[in-house]
This record gives sequence, C-alpha cells and structure tokens, in this order.
Amino acid sequence: MLEARGIESFYGPSQALFGVDLTVAEGAMVALLGRNGMGKTTTIRTICGLMPARGGSLLSFLGKDIRGLPAFRVAQLGVGLVPEGRRCFPNLTVGENLLATARGAGWDMKAVAALFPKLEERRDQSARTLSGGEQQMLAIGRALMTNPRLLILDEATEGLAPVVRQEIWAAIAAVRQRGQSILIVDKNLKDLLPLADACVILEKGHTVWQGRPDDLAADAALQDRYLGV
Amino acid sequence: MPAFLASVSSREGMVNAVLAGLLLAAPLIAFTLDEPFYISLATRVAILALAGVGLNLALGYGGMVSFGHAAFFGLGGYVAGIAAFHAFDGSDFIVWPLTLGGTDQLLIIWPLTVLVVAVVAFAIGVISLRTSGVYFIMITLAFAQMIYYLAISIPTYGGEDGLAIYLRNQLPLGDSNDPLTFFFVCYGMLLLALFVSSRLVASPFGVALQCARMNEVRLATMGIAPFPVKLTAFVISGVITGIAGALFADLNGFVGPSMLSWHRSGEIMIFVILGGVGRLFGPLAGAALFILLESLIGGMTDRWQLFLGAILLGVVLFARGGLIGLLAGRARHD
Repeated sequence: MLEARGIESFYGPSQALFGVDLTVAEGAMVALLGRNGMGKTTTIRTICGLMPARGGSLLSFLGKDIRGLPAFRVAQLGVGLVPEGRRCFPNLTVGENLLATARGAGWDMKAVAALFPKLEERRDQSARTLSGGEQQMLAIGRALMTNPRLLILDEATEGLAPVVRQEIWAAIAAVRQRGQSILIVDKNLKDLLPLADACVILEKGHTVWQGRPDDLAADAALQDRYLGV
Repeated sequence: MPAFLASVSSREGMVNAVLAGLLLAAPLIAFTLDEPFYISLATRVAILALAGVGLNLALGYGGMVSFGHAAFFGLGGYVAGIAAFHAFDGSDFIVWPLTLGGTDQLLIIWPLTVLVVAVVAFAIGVISLRTSGVYFIMITLAFAQMIYYLAISIPTYGGEDGLAIYLRNQLPLGDSNDPLTFFFVCYGMLLLALFVSSRLVASPFGVALQCARMNEVRLATMGIAPFPVKLTAFVISGVITGIAGALFADLNGFVGPSMLSWHRSGEIMIFVILGGVGRLFGPLAGAALFILLESLIGGMTDRWQLFLGAILLGVVLFARGGLIGLLAGRARHD
C-alpha cells in the first residue's frame, strides 16, 4: 500500500535522505531500523508530507502519488502518525484529544478504551497531567481514532519504564492482530522482530538492507554492522 | 455528545449562573425603582459582553489575536444605521441592478448584519489567517482601519459625524423602544451566543480549533487542515461581534466611526482578558467590570482609565484566568 523508491529529501540545503526504498504491504507490519541520525524519522516525516520529497522516482500510498501533498491530505488518505516524543495536545482532556481527530468507523472511543483501559480512567484529565506511558497510549489512541489505513509509530516505546513498555508492545500486537498495516521505528529488536513481517535498514539516508526479521535476528554480523552501537 | 466532554467544573457553572442572574436582576430592580438609566447600563453590559463572546471564540479558543474586531462591531452598527436612515428618509440604498430601500425591522436587519459581516470577515480572514503572531494582529488592525476610514469618507452616511437613528428599529412583537424590552432582546442574544459558543467549543470542530491553537502541524498530521477550521471560527466570531454592533447602534440611537476605531477593538479585547481568556462567561464578567468602573470611577474622575489600566495589569500579572479564574479557579484544561 505504501511504496517508496529512491526517496531524497533535504533540511534546507543539507540533504538527509539519499535514496530510501520502502514497501509496506496491506496488513503487514514493517520495521524501519537504523542507528540514530540515519534518517528514520526523516523518512517518516517525508511520507507524512511534513517535509517535501525532492527526488526519487516513486512515493505512493494506495496507488496515489503523495509527493507534494500537504500533511492533512496525506492523513486524510489514511496515514496515521504517532510522532516521536508523544506530542499530545496538553491543554485538552484525554477525551477531547481523542474526539478531535475521530473519523471513519472501526476504532472509536469504546475500542480505544478497551485497548488502553487507563485512558478510560483518565478521560476528563488534561493530557498534560498524564505520565509518559499514558501520553504514549493517548498518542496511539489518537492516531487510531482517525482509522488510518497505515499506522506509523515513531519510537513508541522510547524512554518508558519496562513494565509500561510491555503494555505498549501488547497493544501494538493487539492492533496488528486486527489486520492493521503498520510502519514502526523502534530500537528494541527483541520485542520488535517477533511482531514484524519485514525489516528495512537505513544508513546515512540510504536503504541498505531489506529482508525478513528472522534473517536479521539470526545474523549477528548484520546487526552489528548496521545497528550496533 | 458524551457528557464528560461538556462537563464544566461545577464551581465555574455556579459562577456563570450567578453572573447571568445578576445581569438579569439589575434592570429588573432598576425598573421597580424607576431608574431607566440603569436599565440601559445593563443593556450596554449585555451588548458589549456579546461582542466579547464573539472575540473570545477567535482569541480565547482559537488563539487568533484579532485587533480588528471593531470592524465587525462597527459594520453591524452601520447596517442597522444605514437601513434605518433609508427607511426614515424613504430613499433607496441602491437602485441598480435591483432597488433596495431601507428597513426599520430588526428581524430583517439582523440577518442582513450576519450576511454583511460574514462576507467581510471571510475576506479579512482569508488574507489575515495566512499570517500569525504579531503580523496577524497588525493585519487585522489594518483591515479595521481601512473600514474606519471608509466610513469617515462617505458623506451620505454622516462621515466623521456618524449617523443618527432617530427611531429605534422595530420588532414585530413588543416595543423595542421600551428599555426593559430592549434589554431582554439583548440579554436573549447574549444567552444564545453563549449557548452556541459552549456547544461549538465542545464539538469536534471546537476541539480541532483548540488543537490548531496549540499546534497546527500536529493537527494536520491527524488529517484536519487547520486553515478552514480557523477561518470558520473567525467568521463566526466576527458575526457574533457584528450582531452586538447592530444592537449597540440601536441602543444608542447612533452609529459613528468611533464604533470602528481601534480603541473599540482594544476595549473588546479588554473585556475578554479581564474576564478570562477562553472562559465561556469571561467576556460577561469583563464587560460588567469595565462598565462598572466606567460609570462608578468615571463619575468621580475623567481619568478612570488609569484604574482600569492598573486592574488590567493586575489581572495579566497575577490572575491569568481573569475574573472567572479568580472566582471559579483554574480552567479544567490549564
């Protein structure tokens, strides 16, 4: 459903992506991997229309060219982003955060509350007063409320306590179980690889490896080469 | 609408009810004491609060600091004034391509006000909302000044001297010349605007508007374009203020360029800030305090605005929730 070929993009005059290839099939969960600064978030920002894709032969979503589309159009087509660092609307309550972006059928207040019971408890509380983990749940819930065709998770478990992290992973697994297509960036291979259907590794703005998670899990040298710190 | 979204802390609800009750009680007491001046004073509060309710939608909920709402206030006034002028004169507003005369019927004047102000607010909004921050403040001010000078330069409608409305525009039922009746009309309009505001703010549209205030990019990545949301809110905001202007002209029996001046924009903004930015009843509290200061201290000294300034400074420095914030505590969002 999402296809990118040789995507390039720039921060001002400095080039950040030099050729990213990426494919997400309907219903699949694709892991986007790489060390810090290799272009994972930039790739996501480019897909979401937050920065322009300047080069590349193809960037299409559901068969539609999305290069140059403004961010809200891309989102309307069905790309739901859970941005890095959570980023809820701090002055709105949990309920309002979810209501603001509700569209389509499938994921609604009830379904999100079932996925994250904690959000239901904190419905009238302002998002600012939530813990980091709860804010992350809210960010995921908010993206799900748009009933996206493709859910993009950028470092959804970063900086959270291990217990909370497991809750998030369980939720991601549950969402995936419902057939949701997902593009995910995360550093935690142990939790990520068993869930993923395919992996893409970036280095310095290039796609350097694509393959199955089993192959990556089995290949310590490969991990060391591109992902080791 | 799930109840939890509309829930307002009960204390704020009580403060709001008391404010609305006080404003209703004041003219009734004045009526029994046969003091018509105070009825018209309460009517002024209701009308100016209405103008503030309009601005609060843009400024408080949408974060659009419009310094040009006097344009809408004055336009509303001029619609009422010009319609009455032609009705009184028996002359026509335009003769080509169709003949339009004046009218003294409020039920025609109000929809006309809505239409005129909506069109102008749309035009101003489309251009102004491309900017933000200081530039937005300045460009809205610039548009308001353009309309101000336009009003000054049309001699037919009084130019700098303004336009007198000799006979207050009429209602089909009830006598609009009766001070108490006219108060109820204005009070009813205020309550209606407050109700509409509260429903808007709690709706997905209103929530998206508040999201746009906080972070437009974040809203866009969720599939909602911020611009149309803000523009719609700006137009609704202008229309509410415009209706207030039409009522104000009829209350005073006069409309002049002063209704369009930037002082007026500042005043409306002061109501909102004094009362509490983004608080539903803030403009009512602010307008009431403003009028009270004006008539109480203004009776003693011409320099009453010195006290207003001190109070405004105090509110901005120490009570950022405004009067409502002082009385009802912090907003549930803050």
